[in-house]
Amino acid sequence: METSQGITLAALAIHFLVGLSRAMILFIVCSGLSFVLGVLRVPNVAHGSLYMIGAFSAFSIFTLLGGGAVAFWAALILAPFVVAIVSLIAERSLFKHLYQREHLMLLLFTFALMLILGDLVKIIWGAQYRSIMAPEFLRGSFPLFGASLPRYNVFLLIVGPLVAIGLWLFTNKTKIGKIARAAAVDMEMVGALGINVSWVFAFAFVLGCFLAGMGGALVAPTISITIGMDHDLIIEAFLIVVIGGLGNMWGAMVGSLIFGLTQSFGVLFLPQFAIVFPYTAVVIVLLIRPKGLLKSVW
Amino acid sequence: MSKGGINLKTFWPAIAIAVILFFLPPIIPRFYTYILAVIFVTSLLAMSLNLCVGHGGIFQFHHAVFYGVGAYTVALFLTKTSLPRGVGFIAGPIIAAIFGLLIGWFCIRLTKLYFGMLQISLGSLVWAIVFRWYGFTGGDDGIHGIPIPEFIDSTNSRYYFILIFFIISLFVLYLIFKSPFGTTLQAIRDNPERCEAIGINVKRHQLVAIVIATFFAGVAGVLFVVLEGSVFPDLLFWVLSLEVFIMCLLGGWFTFAGPVLGAAITVSLRTFVGVYTEYWTLILGVILILLIFFLPEGVMGFILDKINPEKKEIIEKDDE
Repeated sequence: METSQGITLAALAIHFLVGLSRAMILFIVCSGLSFVLGVLRVPNVAHGSLYMIGAFSAFSIFTLLGGGAVAFWAALILAPFVVAIVSLIAERSLFKHLYQREHLMLLLFTFALMLILGDLVKIIWGAQYRSIMAPEFLRGSFPLFGASLPRYNVFLLIVGPLVAIGLWLFTNKTKIGKIARAAAVDMEMVGALGINVSWVFAFAFVLGCFLAGMGGALVAPTISITIGMDHDLIIEAFLIVVIGGLGNMWGAMVGSLIFGLTQSFGVLFLPQFAIVFPYTAVVIVLLIRPKGLLKSVW
Repeated sequence: MSKGGINLKTFWPAIAIAVILFFLPPIIPRFYTYILAVIFVTSLLAMSLNLCVGHGGIFQFHHAVFYGVGAYTVALFLTKTSLPRGVGFIAGPIIAAIFGLLIGWFCIRLTKLYFGMLQISLGSLVWAIVFRWYGFTGGDDGIHGIPIPEFIDSTNSRYYFILIFFIISLFVLYLIFKSPFGTTLQAIRDNPERCEAIGINVKRHQLVAIVIATFFAGVAGVLFVVLEGSVFPDLLFWVLSLEVFIMCLLGGWFTFAGPVLGAAITVSLRTFVGVYTEYWTLILGVILILLIFFLPEGVMGFILDKINPEKKEIIEKDDE
């Protein structure tokens, strides 16, 4: 670990890029959370659990298929769908009956879901630490200014913007995406136009959870997969969504960048209190712009 | 739902329960005495939160921070200073209230979800510092083996100590709830705009409510230290905050005593279901979902409905 005496340009650059790639994971997860918040107006506390399920499913698919490069890609692609199915079941069987109820009840429901999913993960996968390995060409690192940047982080730096562009195209260019965006602004009007609001909700919820699963699958090769990773993530995700502007996808991007970079530079300057930095950044943003940096759909 | 003024009749059940609680320890096994004490501490925390959430309509999302600050204050006073022990016990709630004032002062300019989020980030800041400052707070290990004064070093004496302060706190909270201040607070919850219009300083009332609530959270924190003799950063973690929030909703957040019930249910579940299976949170989750579907006003709200159906109408009127 670097100390504050010897910060070189290389260390700065590496921490910048590592922070950026961390921000990409956060962005993917938070854009999902933001989407659910925008359309359903519910802070989905279970979002972190779905992210965790994404990581664990990636692990299972990876080991099931023998752990090679093919297994890795299969895990990356299939895990988000596993999460989407889980969320679809939860939504259609229980959640949809609550939309007419008070908002705190919806929050309470997502909390109950978080408790249940957390224990289900413990039952299915146990409390051990799990890990998966990226294929050969994503392992190791690139030399950069005399330091080294892990290849997987470069991969994340490519995937993040691709997901952002994909999401933008989806919400702006496809009919269903446009409906979802309209629903975020005025749900009653969407209903009045004869669109099945219940399914719009279901769709938004499942898409948001799909993104959580994708974030979980992408983060899996870089961390130890374990129960408890949901708790660490969800609060960060909420803060990011709030400082970015509720329901705003680009806001989630800005928030993630702030969070990822302050955390990464915190490690560089004051390792012991690294986690203090992002929270401080959030406090500063909220004091200056209480409703978030970009326009909120609320 | 509150009519102002204190009706002595409503106190009889409470006094009866208190008397029963005073005679319980010699009769029941020591383990149950301990569990009851845990329930008292948790209940007080939930009650203090409910002053903000249920009666004030304030989205106090990170209440556990103040509980933790109270607990850490007394722990640090007892382990790091040689001041008389009473000082730490008094300082706990006061420091918690000062934190409440500071964090509340920042948050109060925002409303609803934004208020909650700013509070979570400020609270997480406090948590992060406690979690990492090994030299001062013991970091993620916490502080163990805190020297508790001799007169409360047995299970029974702790039980009585906690029970007495629990009852005093509850009584004070009840007086606040029924005071003009409490009624104003509920009016603000139901219609902040109208209150503003008739000349009530909404923000100041809410800030005072936060300070009072955090003071009692600090009292709960001190009682926690008396009970467990140790502190750890999980006391300030947001998961606990959410759990306490849930206790209020579970018990019935528009009722005065609801949070006690919510806390009792949660603590008993954790203890007794935890004996049979490590997956007690799964059971809690399922029970929560059942409650959401079948008892939306919380357990206490449901009971009050059954006892006194006319009151329900008043509650509903309040909600509009």
